[in-house]
Amino acid sequence: MQLYLPIAEVSVNAFLILGLGGIVGFLSGMFGVGGGFLITPLLFFIGVPPAVAVATGANQVVASSISGVLAQLKRKGVDFHMGGVLLVGGVVGSAIGVWVFRLMTAAGQVDLFVQLSYVVFLGLIGAMMLQESLRSLLRTRKPGAPIRRSHVHSWVHGLPLKMKFRASGLYISVIPPLLIGAAVGFLAAIMGVGGGFIMVPAMIYLLGMPTKVVIGTSLFQIIFVTAFTTVMHAVTSQTVDMLLALILILGGVVGAQIGTRVGVRLKAEQLRILLSLLVLAVSVRIAVDLLVRPDELYSVAPGVLP
Amino acid sequence: MIRVLLALLCIAAPALAQETIVSGLSQNRVSITADFDGSEILIYGAVKRDTPAPDGGPLEVIVTVEGPSTPVTVRRKARVAGIWVNTDAVVVDSAPSFYAVATTGPLRHILSDTENLRHAITIERVIRAVGITAEAEQSGEFLLALLRVRSKEDRYRLLEGRVELTEDTLFRADVVLPANLTEGEYKVRLFLLRDKRVIASQERLIGVRKEGLERFIFNLARERPLIYGLVSLLMAAIAGWGAAAAFRLVRA
Repeated sequence: MQLYLPIAEVSVNAFLILGLGGIVGFLSGMFGVGGGFLITPLLFFIGVPPAVAVATGANQVVASSISGVLAQLKRKGVDFHMGGVLLVGGVVGSAIGVWVFRLMTAAGQVDLFVQLSYVVFLGLIGAMMLQESLRSLLRTRKPGAPIRRSHVHSWVHGLPLKMKFRASGLYISVIPPLLIGAAVGFLAAIMGVGGGFIMVPAMIYLLGMPTKVVIGTSLFQIIFVTAFTTVMHAVTSQTVDMLLALILILGGVVGAQIGTRVGVRLKAEQLRILLSLLVLAVSVRIAVDLLVRPDELYSVAPGVLP
Repeated sequence: MIRVLLALLCIAAPALAQETIVSGLSQNRVSITADFDGSEILIYGAVKRDTPAPDGGPLEVIVTVEGPSTPVTVRRKARVAGIWVNTDAVVVDSAPSFYAVATTGPLRHILSDTENLRHAITIERVIRAVGITAEAEQSGEFLLALLRVRSKEDRYRLLEGRVELTEDTLFRADVVLPANLTEGEYKVRLFLLRDKRVIASQERLIGVRKEGLERFIFNLARERPLIYGLVSLLMAAIAGWGAAAAFRLVRA
């Protein structure tokens, strides 16, 4: 069934979009990430203009994060204080991101900018995650190896403006969470992602938060950052396609249910290795696009240079 | 003097109004609805004559369909530090979003360059690109690229031999409008030619508009962007919450 998207102004197959949403939902349910880093490049691939893909991807992440947070809430897996601080940073970062996105669109470099962000961040995070999970897999196989302490005091703990985060059992400065929040908000705006894949490792390794509250807190603040990003994109560039978002969400929520069930049966290390391989694959795929000479060197966009 | 003028008129007048076009369109409006997947329009007509068909070359017909024009920016990639980056750009003042030319025969056999220039029939003559030579080197390459890219997207089409002409009188052409259509007034032009010269022409309009849900969403996004953004969020929130609730029900 063909469907004409009112904002993207392209006709797409509704079942294809539903399937895309479903697959991404499946993976996000399985790994506990928003899935924005997959949905946005996939939308590019089927011909949705990059600006629309990024803005609509953010809208889709709102839905999957809400669904995830509600599930985490029952397990008391959300630190609202920490979430609030991250959020303040996130909103600032997101506003800067939307502004940079506009500048890049005007300069004709938005595709490059988005692609480079994907390659760099997905590549880094994927490699880090793969290394870390392989190491912990080896550790479980080799009993008696030294175990890393979960709560290490570092320079992070010497900063001013300390605050108590009861649910996380932390007493640290608000500056690192503010900065992390801002970085993730910035990425959310330019990549159309929630930033969970950056937020989660940052919370564990930089802030030293207990794993129990990490996913819920990350999802909690992602809801607001991506919601803010969606509205900002809708207002500044009118690139949110409601119809596209709706179909993606419908596919996504169904996929997420199945994914969560499959995820429960796999071991945590196996899951993380799979996720890191997936992240790396997306990164390599986009890098290849940038490095290989394109078939068509020219591109056409309606409108004038500013 | 007057006699000479009259004599000239007698020669000129019949040549001007000897053959005229009577035409029709299968539809004069196209609605883009949610299930829009392109549309086919039939352009048909007849040649009206008060006198028998004149001698000379055979009658030829050209039909053009032109979508709304906008300025476009054409960018070129080049390798910078190992990666492919947009480096040069050229602004073309006006290029139609859609352009189809249907003819009874090969264009270069039925249309002269001067007539093409005067009536702006082929796509090269429709695109206005004044002063692009100053914007980048090899600016001609950018124009060719524009034609190539848009032809690949099925936006620009040359349909030689696709106008059927029966008995030098009745003609018809089918033009397929693609699914990635832009809104606006589409201009249909019909030309009658003999000996590579245009002897009659006519212009008609087709209105292409988003309708129904498409119209509603598009208008909301443009006119009330804040409300649109909030509605999108609400939709996402309901879907997310609904999914979680359904989840619980299934588990319980």
